[in-house]
Amino acid sequence: MADQPTAAERFIQGILPENPVYRQLLGLCPTLAVTNGLKAAITMSAAVLFVLFCANVIVSLIRNLLKPHLRIVIFTLTIATFVTFADRFLAAYVYQMSKVLGPYIPLIIVNCLIICRCEVCASKQGVVTAGADAIGQSLGFCLALCSIAAVRELLGTGMLFDIRVLPVVWPDWVIMVLPPGAFLTFGLLLGLVNWYSDRRAAAAGGK
Amino acid sequence: MAKEIQIRESAEAPVIHVAPSPHLSHTAQTTRTMMRDVLIALAPVTGMALYVFQAYALRQLAICVIGCLAAEWIFTGMRGRRATLWDFSAAVTGVILALSLPGTAPWYIGVIASFTAIGIGKVIFGGLGMNIFNPAMVGRAFVMIAFAGAMGAAGYQDASSAVDAISQATPMDAFKQGGAIAPLSALFWGNTNGSLGETSAIACLIGGLYLCIRRTASWEIPAGVIGAVVVLGGIANLLNPESQWTVLHHILGGALLFGAFFIATDPVTSPLTPKGKLIFGTGVGALIMLLRIFSGYPEGVMFAVLIMNSITPLINRWTIPRPLGGK
Repeated sequence: MADQPTAAERFIQGILPENPVYRQLLGLCPTLAVTNGLKAAITMSAAVLFVLFCANVIVSLIRNLLKPHLRIVIFTLTIATFVTFADRFLAAYVYQMSKVLGPYIPLIIVNCLIICRCEVCASKQGVVTAGADAIGQSLGFCLALCSIAAVRELLGTGMLFDIRVLPVVWPDWVIMVLPPGAFLTFGLLLGLVNWYSDRRAAAAGGK
Repeated sequence: MAKEIQIRESAEAPVIHVAPSPHLSHTAQTTRTMMRDVLIALAPVTGMALYVFQAYALRQLAICVIGCLAAEWIFTGMRGRRATLWDFSAAVTGVILALSLPGTAPWYIGVIASFTAIGIGKVIFGGLGMNIFNPAMVGRAFVMIAFAGAMGAAGYQDASSAVDAISQATPMDAFKQGGAIAPLSALFWGNTNGSLGETSAIACLIGGLYLCIRRTASWEIPAGVIGAVVVLGGIANLLNPESQWTVLHHILGGALLFGAFFIATDPVTSPLTPKGKLIFGTGVGALIMLLRIFSGYPEGVMFAVLIMNSITPLINRWTIPRPLGGK
């Protein structure tokens, strides 16, 4: 318990070294389900940022009151509160997007990424560290979702952010916006990230 | 990692096999001779495709074979392995893939299908011998879902084409949509529309029998496929006696014979034991009939083979032969 990472370390780690999707393989349900367009991916990431930040801060504030056998229940209730906020907010102000995301916003409640951060960081460290951790992890999540969504939207529809970037003659790869495209893209990108970090580790070891 | 590479390199020295009896080694049958046999067996089918579809077939074959060889060369290079172009396995994948595509498909479909077949179908699993699914069918399934318009039944047809076969609807689709019955002789000789290699039953039979006689393909798989189709087609006919699409139509029409002899018999993705092969073939045949009769697609060979590929390890486990005196 002695050497907990500092706030800055938590923030940096969340983005790439401990990227929630590519490194920890957490939160894969929305990663696969809502990445057929960049807009949906960004909205999802924003919702996760809001929920994770609020949950982490609250859990960190009450961390001395937590009883070990009840902590998961408390985490879930805290998360559920903020997910309800996010869900109703989206339904009120961006109704179309709320329709597109469907059940995946309520499903943030069971997103293991958030429970994991409450458990690993917020229930043990102070408010500032917990907040920095939430922002770093959310940025990492956003980066992962956007990288997958960019590939899928570009190949599947020839567009990015619903704006056409490839010429009209581009034949849409319909499979990429369907579930198989999510699995293929995610698998290939995960392989690419592993290959890249292996190479960096090998280069660092060589020195 | 380094140690593994060393072992691999020292394998150039004389290899001493350590294995339990019986000490038989089939040095006569290598990957290369098997693949060459498959290419020879595909010759009548390819010839028929060239005769019926002319330039369409030539173009699709060239795209897919070159695409598969290029993909094999690039992807095995990326894995740091020597490219194995001369065992002909990539060429066989290319020819089978081309013969399973419509002649009218635009050029990029062949290219994407080839790269998917070799890359995602084969090399990503570790190369030839490691793949779970039939590479050619992985490539075809990918483009089938990605480009549903060009690969669906309507994509096969081009009314303004100079080639006779292409200006008609495929027999399977004409039956599914309008109940039109193709004459058996056309299905037998192959002067109909369809995927390039599937139209001629006689060419598939000649090539397939050659493969079975050479023992490059096991007879159990096509026998299982055709057996299941006969039984299920027979039942369907008994339940629906007024239907003009008889058991013989089911066997000669569509990609059934091509799939039974050339696609399902891929030695890598089919079971090892004779009993397992029979189960595998029967499963493929049953799924084909299920898809033909109940699904929205007029033909089901591709999905049937892919589904059975996925349970091949299970079949292998079920059918481990019991040694003499063993329990």
